[in-house]
Amino acid sequence: MAANNFRHALFCAFITLIISYPIIGFNLEAQGINVTLTGADATTIVMVLLAAVIVFLFQMFREQIMGGLKSIPHPLPQSNKEPMAENRRAKIESWVLTGIVVLALFWPFFVSRGSVDLATLVLIYVMLALGLNVVVGLAGLLDLGYVAFYAVGAYTFALLSQYTGISFWLALPIGALLAALFGLVLGFPVLRLRGDYLAIVTLGFGEIIRILLNNWTTLTGGPNGIGGIPDPTLFGMEFGRRVKEEGNTSFHETFGIAYSGEHKVIFLYLIALVLAVFTALVIRRFMRMPVGRAWEALREDEIAARSLGLSRTAVKLSAFTIGAFFAGFAGTVFASKQGFISPESFVFLESAIILAIVVLGGMGSQIGVVLAAIAVTILPELAREFSEYRMLIFGAAMVLMMVWRPQGLMPMRRIHIELKRQE
Amino acid sequence: MLEVQNLSMRFGGLLAVDEVSLDVQEHEIVSIIGPNGAGKTTVFNCMSGFYKPTGGKILFEGKEVQGKPDYKISRLGMVRTFQHVRLFSQMTVVENLLVAQHRHLNTNLISGLIKTPSYRTKEQKSLDRAAYWLDRVGLLDLANREAGNLAYGQQRRLEIARCMVTEPKLLMLDEPAAGLNPAETKELNQLIISLKEDYNVSVVLIEHDMSLVMDISDRINVINQGRPLASGTPEEIRQNDDVIKAYLGEA
Repeated sequence: MAANNFRHALFCAFITLIISYPIIGFNLEAQGINVTLTGADATTIVMVLLAAVIVFLFQMFREQIMGGLKSIPHPLPQSNKEPMAENRRAKIESWVLTGIVVLALFWPFFVSRGSVDLATLVLIYVMLALGLNVVVGLAGLLDLGYVAFYAVGAYTFALLSQYTGISFWLALPIGALLAALFGLVLGFPVLRLRGDYLAIVTLGFGEIIRILLNNWTTLTGGPNGIGGIPDPTLFGMEFGRRVKEEGNTSFHETFGIAYSGEHKVIFLYLIALVLAVFTALVIRRFMRMPVGRAWEALREDEIAARSLGLSRTAVKLSAFTIGAFFAGFAGTVFASKQGFISPESFVFLESAIILAIVVLGGMGSQIGVVLAAIAVTILPELAREFSEYRMLIFGAAMVLMMVWRPQGLMPMRRIHIELKRQE
Repeated sequence: MLEVQNLSMRFGGLLAVDEVSLDVQEHEIVSIIGPNGAGKTTVFNCMSGFYKPTGGKILFEGKEVQGKPDYKISRLGMVRTFQHVRLFSQMTVVENLLVAQHRHLNTNLISGLIKTPSYRTKEQKSLDRAAYWLDRVGLLDLANREAGNLAYGQQRRLEIARCMVTEPKLLMLDEPAAGLNPAETKELNQLIISLKEDYNVSVVLIEHDMSLVMDISDRINVINQGRPLASGTPEEIRQNDDVIKAYLGEA
């Protein structure tokens, strides 16, 4: 056993050496017109060796370390305690959530513009993750091309505003409905597929949309993207310094306050907040409705569900369509926030990140997904100082997370429908 | 009400069901028996739409249903259980029954979101019906438990209740007594008879437990190696030489 461990650890350390030395150690340096290869300097060699030693030690004492990790007390105290009575907990939960939403409403007035901007992005990811949660977490359909619907929402607004000068408020439902339509269209061919096969097809669909946007230069502007997407207005009041559109007034003049760039940022944040809360509430409601039960039933046992008269087609399509609908919402807000979109914003990595949020948060769990969306969006921002190592830290955090809480931050607790006894 | 004519099912080179015919009248319990691998469950799978039969006809209330999608057949009123219990194990007992009533519910998304009166009434009705059937199979106390945590016999009864809330005309039970102890089998026996007597449901039954089959069946069909061997009342089957040779044992 020990000898085996030692051999394994030695092997891992060796692999670390041969992988990291060429990557970090060798440098190409331009000298005139020639490029020379220089070896690592002393400190790098020491660092690489140190890394190898750390890997060796970790693998050597892996069991003890992992054991130690498991014994870290759970951060959620209620996981050890006797669960509270269902209705009492639900009441407390809803009060706390309402409190948080109210706080979130006033929070942007006291913080910097940068944080509000970041928070808007977080809320967009919350919407996306909540939408994907329907497809992956509730209906159990692994969708790797979710970003396509996000792109449809964003491009709908961008294109409509470019060609018809449509306003944000009109584009919001149109973008969402069009994304839902795409969800429906994608849903049809993939209905028969499950698991891995479904994942591959949706992955392909995501790429098709992105490549289409990239290459249909005459319509979408290709890689140059579309700019000049208007900001949302508040009852016809614009947030710019000068009114762009005839007939509109500007926000700061109407209220007689000094112009500030922050107004627009805060307004966008508030819109995103309202939409995210709306998304969460609607989906939460869906979960208790027949359609939500049908999603779960189909996820748990498709054959039994069909034998009871549930149409696989209708149930899966509804999950796809509703998931896509909220991605369209998020896309429209995103387009408005950025003012400029290009296919580069809708690469596969986005899909992967949204999926990571759902898995990290705990499949099917709404609160978990919201927490994970916050963590996954903010973590890379906080780690900005380590710029090059950002993704490394992000990856390490995910691995640790999966070791420590494989079921996600807040595992799904099903909202049960109680049968009340009539006494 | 159900007529199966010369049903055949071929999987590649294997003819799993060969020209099997059977019929079920209203208010009747018909059993299908036969040795393991005789093709009984395949017949069920064809009848419930999981397989598309390669030959023959299935008429339900005079209409051809062979090859129709399974959920449509189920909505016509032919509902089945499974040889291995298939519950939605992470859902609660009552939720299992609510899922089964999906087509009776108001599934309009908007009316569900704003809880229109019609949505509420239907939701309440389905809860009442679920409660009624839970009471009927003796699971009312366990209504809010997770279905996966029930004892095996309770899961079997829940599966039958789940079929009954869909208000079927014909119930297809695939080995409902498998894994039950004698006392539970006896309860099941009474339950099936009561389904027929009190709720006017016809039953097709696949079963190995001979005492159960002989007790409650009005008629019995014997299948051996995919081919029909005999059919008749329990008395006739008991005395049929072919059946005794093939199934009940030479002795």
